[in-house]
Amino acid sequence: MSEPVRVLTGRWGEPDTVWIDRYLETGGYEGLRKALAMSPGEVIEVVKASGLRGRGGAGFPTGVKWSFVPQDTGKPTYLVVNFDESEPGTFNNRELVERDPHQFLEGAIIAAYAVQSRTAFVYCRGEFLWPGQILERAVAEAYDRGFLGRNVLGSGFDLDVVIHRGAGAYICGEETALLSSLEGFRGQPRLRPPFPAVEGLYASPTLINNVETLSNVPHILVNGPEWFRGFGSEKSPGTKLFSVSGKVERPGNYEAPMGTPARVVIEEMAGGVLGGRRLKAWTPGGSSTPFLTAEHLDVGLDFESIQAAGSLLGTGAIMVCDETDCMVEVTRRLLQFYAHESCGKCTPCREGTWWAVRVLGRIEAGAGRPEDLPLLEDQCSNMLFRGFCALVDGAVSPMSSSLAYFRDEYEAHVREHRCPVTGRGPGLLPEPEPGDEAAAAGAAPSWADLAEELG
Amino acid sequence: MRPVLPPELLDEAERIKARYPAGRERSAIMPLLYLVQSVEGCVTREGLEEVARLLDITTAEVEAVASFYTMIRLRPTGKHVVSVCTNLACALRGAGGVLEAARRAAGVPADGELSRDGLFTVHEEECLAACDAAPVVTVNFANYDRMTEAAVAELIQALRRGEEPPPARGPFPGDFRRVSRLLAGVPGAAGSGAGTAGPPSGEPRT
Repeated sequence: MSEPVRVLTGRWGEPDTVWIDRYLETGGYEGLRKALAMSPGEVIEVVKASGLRGRGGAGFPTGVKWSFVPQDTGKPTYLVVNFDESEPGTFNNRELVERDPHQFLEGAIIAAYAVQSRTAFVYCRGEFLWPGQILERAVAEAYDRGFLGRNVLGSGFDLDVVIHRGAGAYICGEETALLSSLEGFRGQPRLRPPFPAVEGLYASPTLINNVETLSNVPHILVNGPEWFRGFGSEKSPGTKLFSVSGKVERPGNYEAPMGTPARVVIEEMAGGVLGGRRLKAWTPGGSSTPFLTAEHLDVGLDFESIQAAGSLLGTGAIMVCDETDCMVEVTRRLLQFYAHESCGKCTPCREGTWWAVRVLGRIEAGAGRPEDLPLLEDQCSNMLFRGFCALVDGAVSPMSSSLAYFRDEYEAHVREHRCPVTGRGPGLLPEPEPGDEAAAAGAAPSWADLAEELG
Repeated sequence: MRPVLPPELLDEAERIKARYPAGRERSAIMPLLYLVQSVEGCVTREGLEEVARLLDITTAEVEAVASFYTMIRLRPTGKHVVSVCTNLACALRGAGGVLEAARRAAGVPADGELSRDGLFTVHEEECLAACDAAPVVTVNFANYDRMTEAAVAELIQALRRGEEPPPARGPFPGDFRRVSRLLAGVPGAAGSGAGTAGPPSGEPRT
């Protein structure tokens, strides 16, 4: 077994950490004190030197992002925190806030100081009722103790934090859609450039960071960039909180150094595949990252290694499917998500996801046609990179990867008009037991009827 | 025009607008929609008009925003909103059956979301970011972990009896109207119950 590493989760064993007193007793807000003793530019240099990369999915170097925010534009500068966690399979930001809200808040205050922002907005996912309440209380505590408000810790730096609740739209996790939503509009993405660093919220310079990214920052300030680089790989330093779910024995968030082999996280930390079954497919970073298979279990979980294996680290959300799961059904369910969450702005996304659900559903129901497989591939190529934002690319990921790794399963559905994995036939009803004439007679319409109905 | 917000909530609306920079009050549209939702249990035509008046924009502009977000309810909604996640991590753990059981227990007709007695809206939800506890159900956005068909039916019966079933984390937040008020960020409505977080995800459970 690997030794557990606890940076972000260091205080998780103690429920009282949600209160500021316990946070302070365990070294809390020391990173902020150090930062305020430095110039904003020096703080940015420390974060740059640490090599910290954004944990929201794209992996952009955090310090570099901070340095892109221009000063002296005559406009206010804003920090916007993306706490709209909704990538399927991802639940690490939620638990980071629920268990250690001040760790995140301290990171956010340091970031605001570094870019000289006097107003920070936390865009909290609407469904996060309880995490949002924890955060409201943490913010109130931080005001009481002088970590927020006017003249933070006597430094002359002023900062207000406003919690803004979303209202149920995955697309608002995309940073420009988030800004549209925060400005009071439909959450639709905007064309870049201009990038938010230059023209973001209210057309002003804006830094947007994710909760996990910011939660790393106090530790970097306290322990230094070299310490941080002691974890993980050269290009992906630090630890990462992996959200493991689906068919594993112990689903949960597990902290491990970047580059830890997927096998260690899935088999040792999460207890392996449920019921001792065989692993079939897994996502390294949420449903928008292409599936990998059992052959990829020794790949290290860092940005470069996962990309070399043909997928993306994304949010580090590992969803595990086992040998009893039908990959056509799995893919159809994920496409249903993208069809629901497409904001409707771009045709390839709005129409492409809608049609993909129908074609996948037809194959799943045993009514697929041989030409449906090339049709799906054609859909993939007409969707990929054809949208304003990456939502449509995320939708292509499960389709193209499951077609690549499990093509035989798709073909068997079409050929046998039933699922080769679950045995389910037309209409997704269980096959009648042998000799059960009544059940057979009452079964759904034959696949031929279904094929006709679905066209 | 029928007023929706009583005088004390009109004051609250002004405080909500003041959270945002001067001239940027339009940012308050979502909390204001939550505020009118907390009065009527959903957002009616009059609610849209009230928000439009508060922000000095057209009702069409407000409706364009309101119709984009699933948590702003533009049609009659139950006293309790029961959301069942059926996205992949929950689907792999049996969410399909949980959804059906919830609909049955609540008495939701085949083609709708609202129970016949108007008590429940049962909503098929996308990923609720609690996949460690799949299948996940929320009642008025409070989480209930590792649901089974039997457990969700009992949860709904308990709500029907007027009970407040303790969620996995935090206190029971009240009905959908009260929760809409919490989401608007009305002060004094914040919950207590720190330290009820339970063991960290991934820790062995008894």
